[in-house]
Amino acid sequence: METINDKAEEGRSDYKGAKLGMWFFLITEILFFGVMFMLYSVNRSKYPHAFHIAALEENLVIGSVNTIILITSSFTMALSITAIRRGNKMLSSWLQLATIVMACLFLINKYFEWSAKIRLGIYPASPALLQKDKGEVLFYSLYYVMTGIHGFHVLVGIGVISTMLFFTLKEKINSESFVKLENTGLYWHFVDIVWIYLFPLFYLVT
Amino acid sequence: MNSFYSNIGPRQGLAAWMLSTDHKKIGIMYLAALLLFFSTGTLIGVLMRLNLISPGTFMGAQTYNRLFTIHGIIQIFLFIIPGIPVSFGNFFLPILIGARDVAFPRINRLSWWLYLAGAGLLLASLFFGGGALDTGWTFYAPYSIQTRTNVSLAVFAVFILGFSSILTGINFVTTIHRLRAPGMNWHRMPLFVWTLYSTGWVQILATPVIAISLLLIILERFFGLGFFDPSKGGDPVLFEHLFWIYSHPAVYIMLLPAMGIISEIIPVFSRKTIFGYKAVAYSALAIASVGYLVWGHHMFTSGMSDTARVVFSFITFIVAVPSGIKVLNWVATLYKGSIKLDPPMLFALSFIFLFSIGGLTGLVIGALATNLHLHGTYFIVGHFHYVMFGGMGMSFLAALHYWFPKMFGRMYSERQAKIGWLILFIGFNLLYFSMFVLGFNGMPRRYFDYPPQYFTGHLVSTIGSWVLVTGLAIIFRNLIAALFKGPQAPDNPWGGKTLEWQVPSPPPHENFVEIPVITSGPYSF
Amino acid sequence: MEDARTHITDYKTYAFVWAGLLLLTALTITVGAMHLSRYSVLICLAIASCKALLVLTYFMHLRYEGALIKGVIFMAILTLTVIIGLTFVDVWYR
Repeated sequence: METINDKAEEGRSDYKGAKLGMWFFLITEILFFGVMFMLYSVNRSKYPHAFHIAALEENLVIGSVNTIILITSSFTMALSITAIRRGNKMLSSWLQLATIVMACLFLINKYFEWSAKIRLGIYPASPALLQKDKGEVLFYSLYYVMTGIHGFHVLVGIGVISTMLFFTLKEKINSESFVKLENTGLYWHFVDIVWIYLFPLFYLVT
Repeated sequence: MNSFYSNIGPRQGLAAWMLSTDHKKIGIMYLAALLLFFSTGTLIGVLMRLNLISPGTFMGAQTYNRLFTIHGIIQIFLFIIPGIPVSFGNFFLPILIGARDVAFPRINRLSWWLYLAGAGLLLASLFFGGGALDTGWTFYAPYSIQTRTNVSLAVFAVFILGFSSILTGINFVTTIHRLRAPGMNWHRMPLFVWTLYSTGWVQILATPVIAISLLLIILERFFGLGFFDPSKGGDPVLFEHLFWIYSHPAVYIMLLPAMGIISEIIPVFSRKTIFGYKAVAYSALAIASVGYLVWGHHMFTSGMSDTARVVFSFITFIVAVPSGIKVLNWVATLYKGSIKLDPPMLFALSFIFLFSIGGLTGLVIGALATNLHLHGTYFIVGHFHYVMFGGMGMSFLAALHYWFPKMFGRMYSERQAKIGWLILFIGFNLLYFSMFVLGFNGMPRRYFDYPPQYFTGHLVSTIGSWVLVTGLAIIFRNLIAALFKGPQAPDNPWGGKTLEWQVPSPPPHENFVEIPVITSGPYSF
Repeated sequence: MEDARTHITDYKTYAFVWAGLLLLTALTITVGAMHLSRYSVLICLAIASCKALLVLTYFMHLRYEGALIKGVIFMAILTLTVIIGLTFVDVWYR
């Protein structure tokens, strides 16, 4: 029910306020990742050839699979909210679990991807890397930093969604009170969007 | 006494405060911490000035480097940036808009704990690793990457402090959107609230930039990434961009709430409504917006392109306009007003004077040609101390003297306050005006020693620092004594018209017995 | 337009969006493999932006949110654009 001038009502939790606060948090993340994308674009404009060569080395299969995994996890996350809003506690819980599982798969893939690179001697300030072109050094530094920080956000997401799953099972999240889950969904979709941009910039732009 | 100080919950003593989500308690705890850190930073400054009293030095260069670095970090990240929003903003924002608390009280508590954590980590960095860092508060690469001092822990501390700042910004902006009392539309909000709103946006949009910059410093120190290292193809100037993209808007985080305080005080002590309410309100938004576009003026001598330098210089001149609008409107409010020179007014008037000097000298260094001569000299040091200390610092003291009776329920000696103010004002100008002269004549900043021709300027400046500290001591002694022995304060000692003066001194737990319905603007005299 | 709180997005709508995202992913991989050099970047970023827009509009419910939240996002993107733009004014013209 809306009050005069659409502001919070005394004594009731403020759904719109909670969503607004979450969106403000998300735009801090937009700026946070945005600056890293700026770093990427500045260095790419300086070393276009080196970035081209380095991107060719990336494992397109793992990258594509991870993209599909993350997109699907966003799908299950969105579904879980509709489910709880329709009072379907078990369906919502399974969907949240599916999201968590896919997020873990994403990180496992990342682990394999990074291990392969490190075994090849490609990691920041490695002797093998320093032999390469300067632009390539920066490409791989950007790769590790950006996918690393993104991966950290995935890890945090796993923790948060797990907590929401717990709340759902305890019915603290239900068809009347679901803004926590919705806000978690917003966070998760944002993490997905960051990857949607990371994927072409590191794997495709050759 | 049924004020918010009385204990109504299950918790006792320190826990009742540290675990509290009451915006008033949080505001007071922040105030205590801020003043503690400000005193520490000031004493370090006095020590620095002592070294500079005459040619020759009693400390090594490295020690001096650490001192000015820590002085800057403490004053900026532990005092000025959180400053007015976390103390007076926290205490008064909900009351000024007719609310019972902020939108997210538990996030507010988290902000406070993060602030303490950041302060603790900063303190720890002085004693571990390579000890106190010596990079200057600006952490420029490549030196910050290479130095063996404890950059990583200190920079991580600032990262945590930044997170605290972001959460406060989110909280305040959401509060202002969602919790205004019935009838309080945007154009009936007190101007201090407008500035807290603008500041919140800057905290949200700018702080993440320094967060990533600091993270990159830490990662580069540990992993040799190379973004700012020319030998790996990186660019140190890029770090300067990243740093100043936050740090210039940061000065508006420092300044906007300070200006909001002045807009509150001037009408009350002129018994006249503010001249040009809308202009003053929108100029806060203008300063916040245009302030994003000027950061390059810190980098005119760094090797940026000529095109960039011209663009940044031009926009720097534009951003001065909304500040000028505020100053003009304050002065117009004074005109034909019934002026009462009570302590809050004295501090507010000094703000206008000192900030104007700081702002005008800012134009001198905002102009490309003069900047080339003055960058890296004491002229800059004088400029920013005029705007930050003469500006924000004076405003902070003005707010303290304005709202002390409301927050603590006691009155202080107005005579002592005025004496303290006068001595502070004299000391301030001795300390900092001489820096303009020194800088103009070529004295570089961050130097631990200097040739004899600069002796007079430095001597005057150091003596000024002693006078200034004396003034501060009188001011704080007065307030602390009042805290314990001052007479009971009335609900509205100054005759203000904003909502905080309608509630008891100090306010009750829930601020209002009943949420008020607003029918008019905030300065109807 | 339905209110953000009362509107519940259908399972089917989400399924269509998911399918759309997978299709666009396939498209971008194809384009990426075509080695169109400079145009590759632009096209792939354009496709990425379409995907992001789908996620924002439907998964993140922006279609049903008010002007305030849309304004908030706009301010963030504007700020980022300006910051990147001004930095490039330096980097490109050195």
